[in-house]
Amino acid sequence: MTGAGDGLLEALTFQAGYNTGVVMAGSAALGAAAGGVGAFLLLRARAMAADAVGHATLPGLVLAFIAAGALGAEGRALPVLLAGAALTGILGMAAAEALTRRTRLAPDAAIAIALSVFYAAGIVLLSWVQTLPAGSQGGLESFILGQAAALSAAEALGLAVAALLALGLLLALFRPLGLLCFDEHHARARGWPVAGLDAALLGLGALVTVLGLQSVGLVLVVALLILPAVAARFWSKRLAGIFWLSVGFGAGGAFLGAAASSIWLRAPTGASIVLALGLVFAASLLAAPRRGIVAEAVRRARAGWQVRAARALQAGRGYPGAGLFGWRRGGRPTARGAAAVARLELWDRCLAEAPEALPAELAWGIDPLPAEALALLGKRAP
Amino acid sequence: MSLFWQVDFPALLAAGLASGLCALLGNFLVLRRESLLGDAIAHAVLPGIVGGFMLAGALAASAMLAGALAAALIAAGAIQVVRRLGRIEPGAAMGAVFTVMFAAGVFMLEQAAARNLHIDADCVLYGQLEDILWLDAPDISALPREVWTLAGVFAAAAAAVLLLAKEIRLAVFDPAFAAALGFRPGLIHLGLVLFVAAAAIASFEAVGSILVIAMLICPPAAARLMTDNYRTQILLSIALGTGSAFAGYGLAGFAPALLGASWSLNAAGCIAVVSGLAVAAAALFGPRRLSFASAAASLGRG
Repeated sequence: MTGAGDGLLEALTFQAGYNTGVVMAGSAALGAAAGGVGAFLLLRARAMAADAVGHATLPGLVLAFIAAGALGAEGRALPVLLAGAALTGILGMAAAEALTRRTRLAPDAAIAIALSVFYAAGIVLLSWVQTLPAGSQGGLESFILGQAAALSAAEALGLAVAALLALGLLLALFRPLGLLCFDEHHARARGWPVAGLDAALLGLGALVTVLGLQSVGLVLVVALLILPAVAARFWSKRLAGIFWLSVGFGAGGAFLGAAASSIWLRAPTGASIVLALGLVFAASLLAAPRRGIVAEAVRRARAGWQVRAARALQAGRGYPGAGLFGWRRGGRPTARGAAAVARLELWDRCLAEAPEALPAELAWGIDPLPAEALALLGKRAP
Repeated sequence: MSLFWQVDFPALLAAGLASGLCALLGNFLVLRRESLLGDAIAHAVLPGIVGGFMLAGALAASAMLAGALAAALIAAGAIQVVRRLGRIEPGAAMGAVFTVMFAAGVFMLEQAAARNLHIDADCVLYGQLEDILWLDAPDISALPREVWTLAGVFAAAAAAVLLLAKEIRLAVFDPAFAAALGFRPGLIHLGLVLFVAAAAIASFEAVGSILVIAMLICPPAAARLMTDNYRTQILLSIALGTGSAFAGYGLAGFAPALLGASWSLNAAGCIAVVSGLAVAAAALFGPRRLSFASAAASLGRG
């Protein structure tokens, strides 16, 4: 394993060859752009639209391949392939949108339909292309699960530049998009073109999806747009926090995954990048200070302990830990302990007299009741 | 025995059973607005399938089924945790969980290939109907394993739906009321997740796990646009599903022949495309295609 570890270190410090270095940097740029777009897609609840785009690119890829061959182009002609991919990808998204708007199908059903049917059409076309005499269509299959190693340095550079341009465009639209995500009515009232902004956001999503096809493959490319944003969401609830964390996670995860894939032969590129991002996501899920699983478990345990301690104090008894909270000293409750018991009794009263005012978000019996609940209790004096 | 019975018949049987099974289960996903859950489970079972395969050392159906069910449960649980703790919308929560699990599955496929355990990514992505053969026709006991698995899961699903028809209907349309009455809509939801996972694994050798999504959602969606009646929708969706299977298979095999070619198209893909065309037709001409809002709007205009 030390050999593999050394290899990874080499790759991470750009010592594993020019090509590898460029591919890794390109992946990082892509990850950054995907993280940025993904943050807004998440906040607009449109994350899965990118899945429809990703799967819908397959028929476009195959058709572009055929067209390029018919026009006599040699080799792979990446820009042509990506143009075809973008075309059907956007068509797929438009089909999902049309189904949602014009029929009574729900948006999730529309996305699932567009995603799977376009993908299937691509598979059918692929099976046809495989019977044609012109070789090298094996390259097409690399778009399904990705193969960043097949990128030349020039191609990787081109993709990186495009990704950074997309990120730049996103930054230019930062404030209107932010307003759109958090207060759509205000945005409309100020005259922002809501439909246009949505279209721009989805368009950027489609662009980043297409750019990611070669490295991560069309099945997994949606992960680039979702994982960094979801991970960021565990750490922050402000737009700037979510956005920049998402950009950072995307860049870092993609960089790490590309490095790992370049040195371990048995690590397919798309899967490696997604697993690296998945590690970031899992770490956030576990360890984030307010929303993580560990923090939540600690909070619950503490709240339960405090309720039991307050109950005991109420009955005049001691309880292990009451001293730690500062609620009891020398066998008698302190002022803070008395306050804790008073809060608990207010909750009991609220449950009995005004249960509809019980707040769902607070810790039962521990947190102070909000003003509305107290006012209601005051009016309904026993 | 003629080539039809040895080659086409078992494939048609497998495709028909897979499509009918997925269509049946998909109704409950579509009605509960959980179509993407079908997408999520179809992807998430991959590590379970490969894991079961690697542990059992061969295409042992029970090991892969157990692995798939375990993976589906893990996915469903993880999705709930992500939604609740992170306050994240359902689609993104599903996307986060299933992409990581699918990537893990792809990674494991590579490791399995390295140890010469051969399970094809192709099989998972677009199925291999061509490999489902009945060489010893007409010996019924010699029907291919995939057909038996599909028939078994179909029978179990049909039995579950029939036995629990009222509870399922209640849980689908008004889970809060069902809970208030003392039923357990959560258990029914869990059962649905497990059955979808079983259907995905039973079907993946026939139509591939990604095409399972098409068969889960397209026939019920098309049926939904054609009728308001719950039972009619379910029966119609099964009919549309199996119909798409036969039509798609025929298209894949015989359309190229009509044009003078000797090869055939990917059958699973053709089946999914036909079901997609059914949705398109229903969206354009179905008698119940309009939402309440757009129907009201068109009444106001007309």
